[in-house]
Amino acid sequence: MSSGTMILMILAMAVTTYILRSIPFVFIRRKIKSRYLKSFFFYVPYAVLSAMTFPYILYSTGNFLAAAIGTAVGLIAALFRRSLLMVAVLSCIAVLIVNYIPVIF
Amino acid sequence: MYLKGRGRNFIQGVKEGLPIGLGYLSVAFAFGVKASLLGVPALITVLISMTNLTSAGQLAGITVIAEAGTILEMIATQLIINSRYSLMSISLSQKAVGNYTIPKRLFSSAFVTDEIFAVAVTKPSFGFPFFTGLSLLPYVGWVSGTVAGVLLGNVLPVEIQSALGIAIYAMFIAIIIPPAETNFAVLTVLFFSAGLSCLFYFVPFLSKTFSTGTAVIICAVVTAAVVSLIFPIKEKEYE
Repeated sequence: MSSGTMILMILAMAVTTYILRSIPFVFIRRKIKSRYLKSFFFYVPYAVLSAMTFPYILYSTGNFLAAAIGTAVGLIAALFRRSLLMVAVLSCIAVLIVNYIPVIF
Repeated sequence: MYLKGRGRNFIQGVKEGLPIGLGYLSVAFAFGVKASLLGVPALITVLISMTNLTSAGQLAGITVIAEAGTILEMIATQLIINSRYSLMSISLSQKAVGNYTIPKRLFSSAFVTDEIFAVAVTKPSFGFPFFTGLSLLPYVGWVSGTVAGVLLGNVLPVEIQSALGIAIYAMFIAIIIPPAETNFAVLTVLFFSAGLSCLFYFVPFLSKTFSTGTAVIICAVVTAAVVSLIFPIKEKEYE
């Protein structure tokens, strides 16, 4: 991708995101009544994050087995309510360990 | 509690923004590493963080760039993934008090994120100084974390780089799992969306027809539309 196209890309990205935030903040002064719409917006972030994580997390390290074990460790850490940072660190450490096992033996 | 006096409010905001800023430091670091692994130029990555301030939208954005997608696709992914900010802005708009003029509103809107929203919306009302203070450290944390990520992402040994590739996804897991444990509807959303996403990834016809960005949009919209029909949220949520 040329740097000109890339600049256009990030411009489109920034403007779109900004409009979503600013128009309602400036112009809308009353509440959304529709329960369906409220539900829809409530569920979208969870749906987005889930779709972005699975199955891509399994291919995020270049080693499927290591990533699968890292995913399992992350899921368990999240179930134990560890912080964002702790979950990430534990997953990374799991991946590192699996990656190094062939080196050790 | 809306405290009178600019300074006090600004400082109060900064204090409440500190934990958010620290959290953003690590998420942005993971984003920076991921972007450099995808081969996105460092300067572009930092510019994206400076102008977007959102994790999922940015990850989708660099994916579109890395896959050489179209501008239209970029706009569509951002519209869907970041649509929730509109609802947050509507809620915040009603709590903004104290000579919150249109230029001030235009400025503040750039900093509406899930975490900043969560803090501000719990106040009975808030003013511009408070919101500006609240936004300061999250923004600084987000941008400096990204800078650290893109710099270290290129310098670290390959083994560590590849291990860090999982970090941003692990953080997403840390965000979505705890609410799913207590809310069956959210759990349904996670399984439904992940299942659809896997279809788009593994079924050759689907993966050839739809780019990653488009697949995420379809998964999110279909999932949220269907689950909202089955489990409409209680009136108190998302106020």
